[in-house]
Amino acid sequence: MCSGMSGIRDQYPGGGSMKSEKKWYDYLWIASAAYLILGFFNIMFAWLGLLCFFIPLLISVIKGNKGYCNRYCGRGQLFALLGGRFGLSRKKDIPGWMKSRWFRYGFLIFFFVMFFQMLWTTWLVFAGASDLHQTVKLLWTIRLPWNWAYHGTLIHEGMAQFAFGFYSVMLTSTILGLFTMVLFKPRSWCVYCPMGTMTQLICRVKNKEN
Amino acid sequence: MEQIRRKRRKAFVEEKACVACGCCAKVCPVSAISVWKGITAKVDQSKCVGCGKCAAECPASVISIREVEA
Repeated sequence: MCSGMSGIRDQYPGGGSMKSEKKWYDYLWIASAAYLILGFFNIMFAWLGLLCFFIPLLISVIKGNKGYCNRYCGRGQLFALLGGRFGLSRKKDIPGWMKSRWFRYGFLIFFFVMFFQMLWTTWLVFAGASDLHQTVKLLWTIRLPWNWAYHGTLIHEGMAQFAFGFYSVMLTSTILGLFTMVLFKPRSWCVYCPMGTMTQLICRVKNKEN
Repeated sequence: MEQIRRKRRKAFVEEKACVACGCCAKVCPVSAISVWKGITAKVDQSKCVGCGKCAAECPASVISIREVEA
């Protein structure tokens, strides 16, 4: 199936040459990598991760497409780079159950529940009912000390609690993504990415209306 | 005289299982595949040359290359 693929660009001059021109958004993987690194130095940078939540949602709600996944997702690019060019992927087919609807929507619901639990923890700190936990929770279970990245907050400790919680979400999903990148194809994360599932759902609903 | 039947290879998307990530569109050398309305990838059969790059790239492996009558 794959034999002779390399010659295709030469055979079809209409397609090949234009594709190799990189656009600014092809470098967003740098932003994604920087985000993860910055969280090691100052946890408040975790707030920037909200961009990865709001931009895809806004694009899907306003434009009715998956422009974020298709173009701007730095995390997807990072996986494509590590699994593709760096060869850190077995490039095997993802198991059937992982691409099934029940798993994709199930994971979305699970992700939502965990996200609201994180918001609840944040609320408790804001309300003064709980102390700030200077920890990052990996895979929703393992608490890692992360106090070196906390240098105080200007507004309220709750702001820092949200940062710790949000960074936990981002780091956990990166680890899951790396895991499936190695086992299956580079961007296997895209198959069950909660944001991807949600934006596709929004597009389905929105384009049915029109 | 025996007629020579030519077969061509084309990409087909299993649309119900497509996650619309757009990985396929990024690698297509002839821009024959694109994400339709954020729902699924669709192949422009007139442009597709059946190279199989999209099928190899697809993280959900929902693209197959099949032979069709030319």
